[in-house]
Amino acid sequence: MKAPSFSYERAESVANAIELLARHGPDAQILAGGQSLMPMLNFRVARPAVLVDINPIADLAAIRVDKKGVFIGALARHADIEHSGEVAEQLPLVAAAMPQIAHPAIRNRGTFGGSCALGDPAAELPACCVALGAEFRIAGPKGERSVPAAKFFAGVYTTALEPGELLLGAQFPARQPGYVSRFLELTRRHGDYAMVGAAAHGRLDKGRLSDLKFVYFAVGDRPIMAMGLARAVEGKPLDAATIDAAVAALKDDLDPPGDLHASSVLKRHLAGVIARRMLNEYATHKGA
Amino acid sequence: MTVFDAPNSYIGRSIPRPNLSRLTQGRGTFVDDIELARMLHAAFLRSPHAHARIVKIDTGKAARLPGVVRVLTGTDIAAVFKPYVGVLTHLQGMRSPPQHPMPADVARCQGEPVAMVVAESRAQAEDAVEAIEVEWEELPAALDMERALEPGEPVIHPDFGNNLCWERNIDTGGVDAAFAAAHAVVEETFHFGRHTGVTLEPRALIADYSKAEEALTVYYSGQSPHMLQGTLASRLQVQEHKVRVVCKDVGGSFGIKIHTYGDEMATCAAAKILGRPIKFIADRQESFVADIHARDHRVTARLAVDKDGHILALEMDDLTGIGPFSMFPRSSGVECNQILNLTGGPYRIPQYRARGRVVFQNKAMMCQYRAVGHPIAVAVGEGLVDLAAAKIGMDPAEFRRRNLLPDDGYPCKSAAGMRFEGLSHQAALAKLLKLMDYDKLRAEQAALRKKGIYRGIGLASMIEVTNPSPMFYGVGGARIAAQDGCTLRLDAAAGLHCLTGVTEQGQGLEAVMTQIAATAVGVTLACVRMHTGDTDKTPYGGGTWASRATGIGGEAVLQAGIELKRRVLEIAARLLKTKPEELDLVESKIVKRGTSEQLMPLYELTRIVYYRTNELPDDIQPELVVTRHYRVKDYAFVFTNGVQASYLEVDTDTGFVRLLKHWCVEDCGRAINPKLVDEQCRGGIVQGIGGALYEHCIYDERGQLVTTTMADYLVPMPVEMPEMEIGHVETPTQTSALGAKGAGEAGTGGAPAAILNAINDALAPLGAKVNAQPSTPEVVLKALGKI
Repeated sequence: MKAPSFSYERAESVANAIELLARHGPDAQILAGGQSLMPMLNFRVARPAVLVDINPIADLAAIRVDKKGVFIGALARHADIEHSGEVAEQLPLVAAAMPQIAHPAIRNRGTFGGSCALGDPAAELPACCVALGAEFRIAGPKGERSVPAAKFFAGVYTTALEPGELLLGAQFPARQPGYVSRFLELTRRHGDYAMVGAAAHGRLDKGRLSDLKFVYFAVGDRPIMAMGLARAVEGKPLDAATIDAAVAALKDDLDPPGDLHASSVLKRHLAGVIARRMLNEYATHKGA
Repeated sequence: MTVFDAPNSYIGRSIPRPNLSRLTQGRGTFVDDIELARMLHAAFLRSPHAHARIVKIDTGKAARLPGVVRVLTGTDIAAVFKPYVGVLTHLQGMRSPPQHPMPADVARCQGEPVAMVVAESRAQAEDAVEAIEVEWEELPAALDMERALEPGEPVIHPDFGNNLCWERNIDTGGVDAAFAAAHAVVEETFHFGRHTGVTLEPRALIADYSKAEEALTVYYSGQSPHMLQGTLASRLQVQEHKVRVVCKDVGGSFGIKIHTYGDEMATCAAAKILGRPIKFIADRQESFVADIHARDHRVTARLAVDKDGHILALEMDDLTGIGPFSMFPRSSGVECNQILNLTGGPYRIPQYRARGRVVFQNKAMMCQYRAVGHPIAVAVGEGLVDLAAAKIGMDPAEFRRRNLLPDDGYPCKSAAGMRFEGLSHQAALAKLLKLMDYDKLRAEQAALRKKGIYRGIGLASMIEVTNPSPMFYGVGGARIAAQDGCTLRLDAAAGLHCLTGVTEQGQGLEAVMTQIAATAVGVTLACVRMHTGDTDKTPYGGGTWASRATGIGGEAVLQAGIELKRRVLEIAARLLKTKPEELDLVESKIVKRGTSEQLMPLYELTRIVYYRTNELPDDIQPELVVTRHYRVKDYAFVFTNGVQASYLEVDTDTGFVRLLKHWCVEDCGRAINPKLVDEQCRGGIVQGIGGALYEHCIYDERGQLVTTTMADYLVPMPVEMPEMEIGHVETPTQTSALGAKGAGEAGTGGAPAAILNAINDALAPLGAKVNAQPSTPEVVLKALGKI
């Protein structure tokens, strides 16, 4: 498990990174926290000729809060997000997800942008981004552009990022009053990739949910928004009948492929268990 | 007063390990820490197929790459390395064909090495491995052990006619009559998943052959240096005394590092061919495909009881698939053999019939891993016991009380013919039930069930094979020492060097041997220096396996110490003009016996012995070095016993099992260092939990191992581990003066059974039953009929 030879370039700024990516073309690979890339190099699954190291670009690591909401920079480490008071206050869904991501050593190095740009369908952060309606900021040779999270994740390890582009971070909308988040994942060991997980964000008013974004992960090729479930609960009292109907709606929302640790049938079953538990939590939620 | 209860005895005290600060300060020397001049690195091309003919290997392109010194194939290695056959003659009828480090004709499992690159760096070697071109002709593979003996299944070794490696039968003769007369009969088929022992430091060695001396030095991460010395000398045709195996620090072994691996042997052969040191460090991925696996068993078993819950008869059928060869030199038949020997071992069982079949298949080789056979034997026996207790409506603890061997009934012999010298099943069970407050726990369980919370309590009584005699391997023709030796040497400044044939794997052996040596001789702990793992220096011994190091190696230390002390006191008496009986050696001081009155410091005596021999009477030999060897004579094995309990909660929606608490009461005879015994129990239990809930080597339908990373192969992690409470009963063995039995494997042997029983106890009110390990959420939910 030794990586094949590669060249190394150090990007000093976003412009410099874009320039280096343009210069080396498809043979270049961006190195952020390296928590997925380094094993892939050592397994010889990834064979870039050049690594463009963006770690020196300090600006990319910022977490900024303003009237528009929260911007999490691509180089923000998981541990920084986990321990950020602003994230805890403004993005409780993200704060709830952070301790579930791998282990402290990995969170110390792994980055927000790396997780999102990799597009692993079992990862937590992409589902949170979709549930919260985040917009990804992307820099490229032709300037900057934005892509909504719901359109960013395009398949297994596939995103809207084009060759030569660099993910700058994600803009999360400001926290809206009355909205409540829930996060739950099932892993056999703490820190593992989820067998099934979900990130939910919706308006809770007098025991009724509306505008619910209920986003599953590890059940498809990207974060999957459970539309039927959301429709089934929209504006209704969260009683047993509503919750049953919501769980039943998952039949059409999800078609999970099986993997090593959970068959398709098991994932479907667990998705139902998660939905029931999270909706029950909404039903018994106290406070705003 | 014996050496054990003297006030200055270190035996029975939890002293810290002498190697602890060295290891925690990063001053350990593992194989990869060793750099030799002109050293090269090896990497292997491994078969991508479960079964395939090697039509052609073209190494030309690889050989021309930067840094590559040589590319070698099976044919090149076979020219210098004689094949080996992994059978034991006392496992009658066992067969396995000659095996080469790398096959020249056919690869018989995925991961089998077929070519090696020796290069200036491991990275360059791996680059060249990719450039080797092999033309393969895929052959049909025999993967499923259930089908391995069926007609029409591919036969891996055509000369054998079928895929049977070995079959053993036991029959006491009255089984059918006992079942016919039984009040109740229970039957179950148990499935145990393949897993492996993931060592923190992977397999590793450096082979350094000197053509000038015709001598081979091997730095090795392993358990049994003398065994490897014998293997290498005979296979590579180097004079045995010119093969030196050195084991410095070893980062865990668990039975993984005691076998003859093709990649390691090929590395030694290549060192002889090239005359340069070559390092091979298995990476994690190749560890998963090439380390031995274990525990792949299917057991169908039934138990007959009378109306009072007394066991009448046990019958079982074990089937196991071991890969394409039986592993040299211990064979891959021992796990099956142990299962037949041990199942139901804690109980009085009048009639017993068992069949064990060991079959070849095109998967990675299986062989002995920590607690060989025990987890299966205990899970089957204890699973049946719980089923029988439930069937006749008896509490499982009471059922055990009635059937466990009585504590005053020794020596005795089990239905399988195992001879027990002195066990404490009843006392251990009583202590366990008290420790866990069994009745209160049952009440809590019942109360929670009413709230829809499903908790289970699982018990598991067990016996464990420790301190093996030559009846384990030596009698079967294997060059594996059952005896072990110790040399104690008192130097001029009264430092005591302890050289032993048993080895440190990270388990704390150096602490235990230091305690025994210091106590037996009468010196302080601080003046003992341990030397292990070097065939040039230590007495010839077997090393560390089968929970033998303390019981056998420790007894050799004790006997050497007793003799060395006798010599010291004899010299002291002459110098002090008194009788040896009037003197004692305590904490490195010569004292008047029975007092702490110092007559002479020990260093004064050693100074005279080494520098001023003129002061010694002429008939005194200036010789403060003693070697003693010890072997177990009276019994084939010195069994230990123990009992474990698991308390857990099953989430009946998700199928997840949450471990709440685990208890273990263990009788390993005299406990030299109670804390280390406890930690052996705890570590062992964790590995048992791994097999019970998490660890699984999963193959796809083409014989490809799909669990080759730490993300896919789930080892137990701290967050999920329960609190463990350990208790002891001490029944010292009379086979040695030390009285110590082994403690290294009981945790692993008993935990899976306790967990399986606890899961089934939790599920019982729902009418569900689990019979497969690892008991994954999928297994549990299927049992509940939810998926």
